[in-house]
Amino acid sequence: MKHPVKITVNGTETAADVEPRQVLAYYLRDSGFTSVHIGCDSTSCGACTVIVDGQAVKSCTMFAVQADGKNVTTIEGLAQGGKLHPLQDAFHNEHGLQCGYCTPGMILSSLALLQRNPNPSEEEIRHGLSGNMCRCTGYQNIVKAVQSAAKELKGQQQPVSHEPAVSAAAGE
Amino acid sequence: MFPAAFEYVRANSLQEALAALKEHGSDARVLAGGQSLIPAMRYRLAQPAVLVDINPIDGLSYIKEDGGVLKIGALTRHSDLEFSKLINEKYKFMADVAYVVADPIVRNRGTLCGAIAHNDPAADWTACALAARVNVIATSATGNRTIAIDDFLVDSFTNALKPGEIVTETVWPIPDATTSGSYLKIERKVGDYATAAAGVKTTLDARGNCTNTGIGMCAVGPQALRAKNAEKAIDGGPLTDERIKAAAEAAAKECDPGEDTRGSVAFKRDLIRVLVTRALTQTRERLEKKMGKTS
Repeated sequence: MKHPVKITVNGTETAADVEPRQVLAYYLRDSGFTSVHIGCDSTSCGACTVIVDGQAVKSCTMFAVQADGKNVTTIEGLAQGGKLHPLQDAFHNEHGLQCGYCTPGMILSSLALLQRNPNPSEEEIRHGLSGNMCRCTGYQNIVKAVQSAAKELKGQQQPVSHEPAVSAAAGE
Repeated sequence: MFPAAFEYVRANSLQEALAALKEHGSDARVLAGGQSLIPAMRYRLAQPAVLVDINPIDGLSYIKEDGGVLKIGALTRHSDLEFSKLINEKYKFMADVAYVVADPIVRNRGTLCGAIAHNDPAADWTACALAARVNVIATSATGNRTIAIDDFLVDSFTNALKPGEIVTETVWPIPDATTSGSYLKIERKVGDYATAAAGVKTTLDARGNCTNTGIGMCAVGPQALRAKNAEKAIDGGPLTDERIKAAAEAAAKECDPGEDTRGSVAFKRDLIRVLVTRALTQTRERLEKKMGKTS
């Protein structure tokens, strides 16, 4: 049986009838958000990472029907008015990508990391991004890009996404 | 990779979830974090006919000390624990686990109670729960049942839940001033199954002797194992290098690893020896710090 879902992606509502076994990654790609890359398709690589209600999740490991009524941010939602988000600028300037396949997931994980911890150490960045793999092994510049974006964002104090701030834990 | 087709039930309350489980019986599985279940379904290692999604239920996500124990709710995510002030300050061996379960993105969805219910042989929380002697609360339409962790773990991917029951909570002892522990694992890379891991917890009595020591191991048997002989080797005396060495050797002997791409049986036994040594040594350091000793 198909279920009707309404999922807000980058501030715009999408709607469809989905089979329960449809995972969010495929739903988003079918809805035109092809930045959501399928890498391992098995919860390992982080290429399909999106932000759901403020939390980074692997969209291959959540069913679309579970995202009904939720807010999703993909990398298409980061640039505002034709201007790149500071994290996108930083990945560009620091050459934080090689083939680019992992980049959308890498940047969205970085976004969630910086919302939780605006001033991370190198170790905290490496720990925070350890769920995202770069098969080009370009980690050095990815870390530099996140450090650079953290500095930039601290200066700007601008909202970093459509999402409410990532809650700092303790689930009560 | 698509899972086999299934029926999806969104439970908005515990009553709805229990009713759905009663209706569908053994065809139904509970969907909490889904970070093990969904991949298993996509590989078709699991093909439940019905998924009962408990995520919409309010009031199942909490970390709270209540009635002399620590209670963790069914929807408390690994990341809730990783970033909890209470856990980081007072439950260091749990913080050790929360820092290394799977990877940071998986930790945002996966739940502690779900990991224990799943009973994967390599599950970090399960080894930790054995060391801490945790109780599992199973809720059914007729009420709650308390199950000791040793009884809850039955075999690989098998627990003691009866049809119609859901794990709603795990109950952890609050460490007193003379209790501490440590959890350490060796993995090939973040997100891989552990090659081997060990969690330890002990309490010093008035004479400085260990009591109620718990030592859990994972990825070295059909499910997480209690190192009973190692516990006996530590209890009743102080945490000296010699006694730690004896316990580590006992644990290496009583674990039951299989050979796979992560290593041979002998290699994994040696990892357990090293991990138990290090975890007990770190526990001693933490106790010294906590109890204000400098030596």
